[in-house]
Amino acid sequence: MAVKFSAPVEREFKEILSRYPHKEAALLPVLHLAQREFGVLSDEVLEQVAGLMDLPLSRVKGVVSFYTLFNTREVGRYVIRVCHTLSCALNGAEQVIEHIKNRLHIEVGETTPDKKFTLLECECLGSCNTAPVMQINDRYYENMTLEQVDQILDSLE
Amino acid sequence: MEDKILLRYIDVPHIEKIEVYQKHDGYQGLAKSLKQHKPDEIIEIVKASGLRGRGGAGFPAGLKWSFVPKDSGKPVYLCCNADEGEPGTFKDRLLMEKNPHQLIEGIAITAYAVNCHTAYIYIRGEFCQAKNVLEQAIAEAYQNNYLGKNILKQGFHLDLSLHPGAGSYIAGEETGLLESLEGKRAEPRLKPPFPASVGLFKGPTVINNVETLSNIPHIIMRGAEWFKGFGTEKSTGTKLFCLSGHINKPGVYELPMGIPLKKLIYNYGGGIIGGRKLKAVIPGGSSTPVLTAKQAEDVLMDFESLQAAGSMLGSAGVIVMDETTCMVDALANLTRFYAHESCGQCTPCREGVSWMAKILRRIEDGKGLEGDLELLLDICDNISFKTLCPMGDAAIGPVVSFIAKFRSEFEDHIRQGRCPIEKDKSIKVRG
Ligand SMILES: Cc1cc2nc3c(=O)[nH]c(=O)nc-3n(C[C@H](O)[C@H](O)[C@H](O)COP(=O)(O)O)c2cc1C
Ligand code: SF4
Ligand code: FES
Repeated sequence: MAVKFSAPVEREFKEILSRYPHKEAALLPVLHLAQREFGVLSDEVLEQVAGLMDLPLSRVKGVVSFYTLFNTREVGRYVIRVCHTLSCALNGAEQVIEHIKNRLHIEVGETTPDKKFTLLECECLGSCNTAPVMQINDRYYENMTLEQVDQILDSLE
Repeated sequence: MEDKILLRYIDVPHIEKIEVYQKHDGYQGLAKSLKQHKPDEIIEIVKASGLRGRGGAGFPAGLKWSFVPKDSGKPVYLCCNADEGEPGTFKDRLLMEKNPHQLIEGIAITAYAVNCHTAYIYIRGEFCQAKNVLEQAIAEAYQNNYLGKNILKQGFHLDLSLHPGAGSYIAGEETGLLESLEGKRAEPRLKPPFPASVGLFKGPTVINNVETLSNIPHIIMRGAEWFKGFGTEKSTGTKLFCLSGHINKPGVYELPMGIPLKKLIYNYGGGIIGGRKLKAVIPGGSSTPVLTAKQAEDVLMDFESLQAAGSMLGSAGVIVMDETTCMVDALANLTRFYAHESCGQCTPCREGVSWMAKILRRIEDGKGLEGDLELLLDICDNISFKTLCPMGDAAIGPVVSFIAKFRSEFEDHIRQGRCPIEKDKSIKVRG
């Protein structure tokens, strides 16, 4: 299956390239763009990106595997990242993680069978004053209690 | 004298919008710089202000700028370090989400001072809200000719763009950041050469933290002497202190450098949750050596005082731990963080920190062995100053200090074959 950017994304791609004096510097933003478009950075997608960026596929894969925000495996529609670094741990992060595991019947790193949720642990989200904190897709949820976790998960379509 | 610089207008509704920012002296510092000062004069003013980097190392900002060669023939770059990943630190995010133009103005003035025409804000990939706010603010700044060509008709031009990271603590280390900005794995470079001579795309490059750069417009507007009126002799200005952990009122507090830690915790932070006793404080982000409650009694929060107390101001991420905290568990948590974030280039950091994380977890789980503490300290010894970047030393700072100051707690774990601390892991709901 060939993957290709749509016309508006193609324009965005060109705009991104214009910010840098060297094309390869645009790799991270372009990978973000590709992930937003296709959901997962599958081998096909990465081949497409490598072609567009004039880089060997191995180079692109090396970069993708270095960073935690790039998904190379299928994830749910909602990726839940619960911070478990010290300030959150001191404020009950472990309980939040246990609670979500029990509620969704999955372990950390897994996706629910209906492909709705993926549960991950992550390191300090830069919001330690509102511990415990989790991020679902682009949004932060702060000062969580277990009741709020339930409400949040219920509210997601 | 008012006591806030960076957060002075933080509560002004819509200060993130350019019209509102302009009404609060916004972009006056840039106009003054371009119209009244030569680039070198800006550098001299910032040097005279004593402003030191707020990203962790505390290097004098003006001095750093003066290292940029004037005649390299290559384009100069400016990178704003907005990767804020040091556990316990959450001030840059606030500055970007609430007052993005203050940062953009600081970047524009700094770029003018070092003769740079292309600047980037390397922003943590997770900070989606800050990214949106900044993107909007950058667009407004272009529309109002504070960025772009012939800025304010003074012949200076500057392009500024956001570069999103993708989840990596080590991308916050300045040369890791440069690699990441060049589209590579964020693997730190060997120094020298220093970025000021060979940095981004091999050009001379200045890298400064968000908070450092946000101070610049104020220093230009009000002068070096005014800035030195805040803080101590060698740690001038105010600092954004981040309070988290077992504290009643966690948050970001802007206070003069040199404020007593005790005052920060009890007067501003409202004291310890549940009126419990203080056990330990990490004063400057996870990499800085821990202080005991007794040390926290009288230490002052500035670069020199914390160094004298055997720790560091770092990024001023103050993590407060009360009497229910298990120090082994806390250290195991931090060491796991460093093991996870090691870029893997140097064996001592890649292997050593992972071993330490495993050993600490085993001690906490009651499976610690006689000699584990010596083993841990030996591993630290083998990492210390033997790695490519400062991350190796950042990872051992907590290990060495936790063991030195709470040794009996570690020994009790090993001897009793269990964790003897009655931890309170419940979710703290604050009043
Ligand atoms: C492992 C590591 C992580 C770092 N992370 C950050 C960071 O997230 N943000 C930051 O501003 N500086 C960070 N630094 C410090 C930078 O390397 C650099 O000193 C700083 O950005 C310089 O800016 P300043 O002089 O304005 O503080 C880190 C350093 C190390 C060793
Ligand atoms: S010290 Fe660690 S993080 Fe730094 S370059 Fe070496 S392996 Fe990478
Ligand atoms: S420790 Fe969780 S946000 Fe910092």
